[in-house]
Amino acid sequence: MKAPPFAYHDPRSRDDLIGLLAELENAKLLAGGQSLVPMLNFRVVAPDHLIDINRIPDLAGIRLSADDVVLGAMTRQCDLQASADLAASAPIIREALAHVGHFQTRSRGTIGGSCCHLDPAAELPALCALFDAEFDVAGPNGARVVKVGDWFKGYLESALEEREYLQSIRLRRWPAGHGYGFSEYARRRGDFAIAGAGALLEFAKDARIRRAAIVVFGVEPAPVRLAEAEQMLVGQTFSETLLAEAAAQASALDAMADVHVSAAYRRRLAGVVTRRALTEAVRLAREAV
Amino acid sequence: MSTRYFGAAVPRLEDPRLLAGRGTYVDDIVLPGMLHAVFLRSSVAHGRIRHLDSTAALSMPGVRAVYAMADLAGFGAGPMPAMAPHPLLKTPITCSPLASDEVCYVGEAIAMVLADSRAEAEDALAAIELDIEHLPVVANARQGIADGAPRAHSGRDSNVIATLRGSHGNVDAVFAAAAHRFSETFEIHRGGCHAMECRGVVAAPEPRSGELSLWTSSQSPYMVRRHLATYLGHDEADIRVTAPDVGGGFGPKANVYPEEFAVALAALACGHPVKWIEDRQEHFLATTQQRDQFWSLEVACDAAGRMLGVRGRCIHDNGAYAPYGLILPTTALASFPGPYALAAFDLSIDVVLTNLVPTSPVRGAGRPNAAFVLERLADTIARRLNLPREEVRRRSFVRAEQMPYVTGGKMRDGSPVAYDSGDYARALSLVVDKIDAASFEERRAEAATRGRLLGLGFASCVEDTGLGPFEGASVRVTPAGKVVVATGAASQGQGHATTLAQIAADALGVDLSQVTVKAADSRIFPLGISTIASRVAVTAGSSVEIAARKVRDKAIKVAAHMLEAGEHDLEIENGQVRVVGVPDMNVPLSTIARVLSGSAGVPIPAGVEPDLAATGYFDANQLAFAYGSQACEVEIDPETGDTRITRYVVAHDCGRLINPLIVDGQIRGGVVHGIGNALFEHMRHDEAGQPLTATYADYLLPGAAEMPDIEIHHIETPSPRNPIGAKGAGEGGTIPAAACVISAIQDALGPEAPFVTMHPVSPEQIVEWIDQARK
Repeated sequence: MKAPPFAYHDPRSRDDLIGLLAELENAKLLAGGQSLVPMLNFRVVAPDHLIDINRIPDLAGIRLSADDVVLGAMTRQCDLQASADLAASAPIIREALAHVGHFQTRSRGTIGGSCCHLDPAAELPALCALFDAEFDVAGPNGARVVKVGDWFKGYLESALEEREYLQSIRLRRWPAGHGYGFSEYARRRGDFAIAGAGALLEFAKDARIRRAAIVVFGVEPAPVRLAEAEQMLVGQTFSETLLAEAAAQASALDAMADVHVSAAYRRRLAGVVTRRALTEAVRLAREAV
Repeated sequence: MSTRYFGAAVPRLEDPRLLAGRGTYVDDIVLPGMLHAVFLRSSVAHGRIRHLDSTAALSMPGVRAVYAMADLAGFGAGPMPAMAPHPLLKTPITCSPLASDEVCYVGEAIAMVLADSRAEAEDALAAIELDIEHLPVVANARQGIADGAPRAHSGRDSNVIATLRGSHGNVDAVFAAAAHRFSETFEIHRGGCHAMECRGVVAAPEPRSGELSLWTSSQSPYMVRRHLATYLGHDEADIRVTAPDVGGGFGPKANVYPEEFAVALAALACGHPVKWIEDRQEHFLATTQQRDQFWSLEVACDAAGRMLGVRGRCIHDNGAYAPYGLILPTTALASFPGPYALAAFDLSIDVVLTNLVPTSPVRGAGRPNAAFVLERLADTIARRLNLPREEVRRRSFVRAEQMPYVTGGKMRDGSPVAYDSGDYARALSLVVDKIDAASFEERRAEAATRGRLLGLGFASCVEDTGLGPFEGASVRVTPAGKVVVATGAASQGQGHATTLAQIAADALGVDLSQVTVKAADSRIFPLGISTIASRVAVTAGSSVEIAARKVRDKAIKVAAHMLEAGEHDLEIENGQVRVVGVPDMNVPLSTIARVLSGSAGVPIPAGVEPDLAATGYFDANQLAFAYGSQACEVEIDPETGDTRITRYVVAHDCGRLINPLIVDGQIRGGVVHGIGNALFEHMRHDEAGQPLTATYADYLLPGAAEMPDIEIHHIETPSPRNPIGAKGAGEGGTIPAAACVISAIQDALGPEAPFVTMHPVSPEQIVEWIDQARK
């Protein structure tokens, strides 16, 4: 379990990085290395060049504006978890990060790495879906912005082109007092979830749901927003039946099967975690009123 | 003898060194000119090697040699010796260090690359051209025993290599007369080793002397030496084997492995020291595992639910070879009748070859399997007769006044099993009491208000410990007054350096800080067997006691001469031999040791041999039987099937505790292992014999977060069968644990759910049972 041979590069600026991306063939970007390094050691990837972007100074950071949160691609998961600003403006992020790997892996793992690797059960890409993220990418041919709906191309496949890198991710803030809920089920603490869900809810003054966002992850090859369920909720007042009906949408997803679980069990779990996430979101939204 | 240390919770002497990273594991051994080995392993479960070409690999950077078995023929050839021969195995069923013709499991070593670095050696692996013809695969034992099944080895008539039988009493008569008979079938899966340190070997030839040094991460370094010497045609005296610090063993490291031989052969062939460090992927593929047993059993009981007899058969997956003979299935069989006084039993085990990595004991060996089926049968009786589960056990146990109790079972060597001491019912009552079974229904009702299913489980066991014939020890006082204990018993982290030192320190009246334990190095101690079967406390511990007492007697004899006092008037305290009641009249042990170490022309006292040292070999010809009961509570989330163990209580009797801290650690670790077996660990293979769970993402080795707090209560009934009264503690935590957890799950699922007869159980399986119960 030693990595195959590769040439190592560690650019110190975005310009140097773009130069390398323009020049090198079969290169891989190394962010936190929590997925790539094991994949190298298992020899399931064999790049000729490894470009370590850890020494580019301004790729990490959390910036809040009135409408947005902009997260540098190299922001460590532990820093996202520790950020008081994030906890105040988008508390579900801290909630979800408790399930991302372990203390040790979060100190290296980055949001950009997670969103580019795109494990189907990864929490951070799911949060990006929940917050209608935009991915700010750049390369030798210039910069572009990719909406989250276009980012997920399939299993372990993002919209990032071969010679591009991810600069930052822009999340749309929800108003203060929104409800949020996060629920996932994994066999062991820190494992990728068999199924997970996140929910955001905003209630109007008349106790009707003004806005809803629900994401389910670990179930299909990429995180999926439950658009129908969201529409079902908007304009309604809360009831157990309503939540159950919305959650039932998760149980209708085209779930994956693997060596551990059947698609049927995964669908069942999807419904359970979605209902639990929604229930928690309702509780917190009501608490905030 | 003072007992300052025996029984005291002394912090482990080895920990400051190990925790600060100052241990010496095999991978820490670096020798000049050392090459790194990697193995080319079979990617198919059964096949015939047609062609192997290493030309391209040999020209890769850093590569020094590529060896197939034929390249090593000048040093050794043919299949490895059987480590534990059994009369039912007419010929050894072992592999060669490197396969040259037929390969019988995914991971079997075929060739090895030696290079300047591990990475370069791995790079070259892909350049070896290998052509393997696929042969039909036996992917599990039930398939292997079926009519018309393919053969796991192409030359064999049958995949059944042995049928073991264990019987006692007139089982037909007992069943005919019994008030009730119940049948169940069981599927038991146990995982692999998964020690923190994988295996590893360094071999270094000494060209001038012809000696060979081997460092190996092993539970059985002396067995490695013996079999390697036979294989190479060398004398044991010319092979030095050391097990340095070893990071866990749990059974699989007790085997003698093809890689140990291959690395030694390669070192001899190339004349360089050679290192091989098993990586985690190889550990999943090539380190022995325990895997599957399928039991069909019938139990007979009287009208009161007292177990009277058990009969039936087992199909045992032995894997692709039998390097460890029939030890694992034999141990399963020898574990009947457990803690129960059965009038009769009749059991057979078909040992089946499959095209999966060979099996070997894993912590508990076959005992957890026997405990699982016996405990489930006890629960069956309770369920069918509507009796409390603990009551069925109480009525069926061997009673304290029956000790010593001849069970009717036989040990591996055919000798009768006789339990030595203890009160089995007391251990059960203790856990019933400590887990507060009396108010369990209140807790269950409270959990129900939270939508959770709470269940309470019990299980009991007996464990044969202290397997013979011996582990020896020597005790020496140096001229500096330090005490050096040497033993062949290898440690894999069990704390021998502390417990053996405690015994020696007490016998010699010295401070614990003055005692050093050196182990598992054939240059330091001549003989050793294996650290298996919870045997080291009994065997090596007793030998240290014997040797240290001899040293004490010798010191007193010399001191009597020096102090001109009678031997009976002397005592040893604080490193001095002194006259009782006259502490100023004393002579330090260091002085005696210096006298007995000799100086030119200076005589030593008449009638005393030089060297303040002695060797002890306790004759462990009778087993010490530990026992215990466990109780736990599980909480099930019926929507997900998630099962959390919320409480766990152990009552355990391993005789006199040398060090409660270490015993607690052994028991706690053992329970953790059993919980892993019950709920998490599952080594899966597909129908082609390909491993499906060969990473820790897929093989669910549980971590601390999955574990409950484990409350441990000791009962100390000294074993009458050894001088320190100890019984082994290494496996008693594991043996009943899976049965205990499954018993609790059953209780949580309720009477409408199917009877649970397997492990591990997954959350998906649990929700299916819940759904069935609700239909």
